[in-house]
Amino acid sequence: MAENILVVDQLTKKFGGFVALDSVSFELKENERLGLIGPNGSGKTTMINCVSGALFNDAGKVVFENQDITALPAFKRAKLGIARSFQIPKPFHSMSVIQNLLIPLEYAAWDRVDHHRLQEEAMEILELVGFQDRANENSASLTQVDMRKLELSRALAAKPKLLVSDEAMAGLSSSEVDEILEILFKLNDRGVAVIMIEHIMRAVTRFCERIVVLDAGKKIADDIAENVMKDPEVERAYLGE
Amino acid sequence: MKINGFWIGVLIVLALGYAFTFFVDNEFYFFAVYVVLQGLIMAVAWNVLGGFTGYVNFGSAGFFAVGVYTSIALNKAFALPLPLIIVASACICGLIGLGTGYLTLRLKGVYFAIATLAMAIVFETVANNWEYVGGAAGTYVLQPENSFFFDSYVEFLFMVMVILAVFATALSRYLSISKIGQGLAAIRDDETAAECMGVPTLRLKLISASIMGGLMGIAGAPFPFFISFVDPLSAFSLLIAVNAIAMPMIGGTAYWYGPVIGALLLGTIQEITTVTISSELNLLVVGSLLVAFITLAPQGIAGLIHDLKNGRQKAKDKSHG
Repeated sequence: MAENILVVDQLTKKFGGFVALDSVSFELKENERLGLIGPNGSGKTTMINCVSGALFNDAGKVVFENQDITALPAFKRAKLGIARSFQIPKPFHSMSVIQNLLIPLEYAAWDRVDHHRLQEEAMEILELVGFQDRANENSASLTQVDMRKLELSRALAAKPKLLVSDEAMAGLSSSEVDEILEILFKLNDRGVAVIMIEHIMRAVTRFCERIVVLDAGKKIADDIAENVMKDPEVERAYLGE
Repeated sequence: MKINGFWIGVLIVLALGYAFTFFVDNEFYFFAVYVVLQGLIMAVAWNVLGGFTGYVNFGSAGFFAVGVYTSIALNKAFALPLPLIIVASACICGLIGLGTGYLTLRLKGVYFAIATLAMAIVFETVANNWEYVGGAAGTYVLQPENSFFFDSYVEFLFMVMVILAVFATALSRYLSISKIGQGLAAIRDDETAAECMGVPTLRLKLISASIMGGLMGIAGAPFPFFISFVDPLSAFSLLIAVNAIAMPMIGGTAYWYGPVIGALLLGTIQEITTVTISSELNLLVVGSLLVAFITLAPQGIAGLIHDLKNGRQKAKDKSHG
């Protein structure tokens, strides 16, 4: 049995009177591929904000590799090996593509990389994503799909043990979705656990070994893809009565 | 290569400054260059927080005044020699920068800018009511007799300013090419993303605010000895505050040499208009240059230089590929 890399225990997050997450628990094993789905406003992004440290939860705890990280700020979680990509790409727009990757290498991954090989490390990641020819391009002028690739490669440069991919494929064409999926599979082969938040069900069912479904801040299903799709409660959440 | 070039430049500037004290007799030139260099240090200081880190603010010049008053107080209390006063002033202003940074740096954009403006007004109120350093009526500061190795105290002040300007520029250049500078640039581009990439954003912002405060402090410390009479109106002068923002904006905020170019250009133009036309025209000159640059070259002169270089590089790449 593989060890749990992430344990989310009874996590609650409120915004004023609105309960965005209502004591949600789930685990993730090392090197697992987990899908996190749910209708709009169900709390997916809030959940990963609480996991990555962009938001602090009000109750419950987050445990990463047996360490309670509930109170750690985001940059420390990044150092431990939690990386995320953003739903709306947030490149460092004044920098070139490769400079974007050097930031996480110099900060998040600093304790885990050879300090004299940062450039080479960055190039290796760009090759993995198929971006090696674009290294010196200005990151602000990239196309949508390339922006997503940059977002993923920058997350990779943080040398994560857990990658949270927040709608990395929204708005992409079907062939572009396949490109991104391929990158995520390559990553997973290298031992990185992945939480995928996605609305494109084709991608979720193809990629994920297990799916957690959120609805209105509560977990309503947690099972392999096949069973989740047949779950009457999931159907109700998406389609109504 | 580049590193050597920079340090050779530093030596040349220092040597030129020293030679200037030998060959120039007219004191006006020392005064004029002093003002330009003071603007340069303030521009470089503002740019550390406003340019590198992207925290545009209106309060930085308040730290210049804090430096001025620290200097007056230390001079009155202990009659310390100027170099010591400068170091003490840098430390005190750096600490105040750290403290006010801790209070204000959680704000963003316009809110931060306004909070810093409020902070400068608080400083001014304190200066207005602090009788020991002259209060609202102001105070005279006598130039010490000892002008070290120089013929006059003005020449000494001038040389001090040359050294401080070189120091500020070297520090800002070091910062921009270091790991810290990369982190600051990441914060400027996207703070949330930076934090998620492991950049300790609050710590770096505080470092940036402390350096800004410290450099403003060293710009202000020699000022009382330079003008002999200080009141809150002169220490918190609008022109000085506006220059500290206008110079980096015109020179370009993203690169260390931006504020240096902006300060030398704008400062020189101002000195020339003061002499040839009128000192009242100064603000008009700053204003029109600012409008021109913000509309035509928002990245400033350094941005133009950078684009030009890049354009050439791209053309080269194309002809090769």
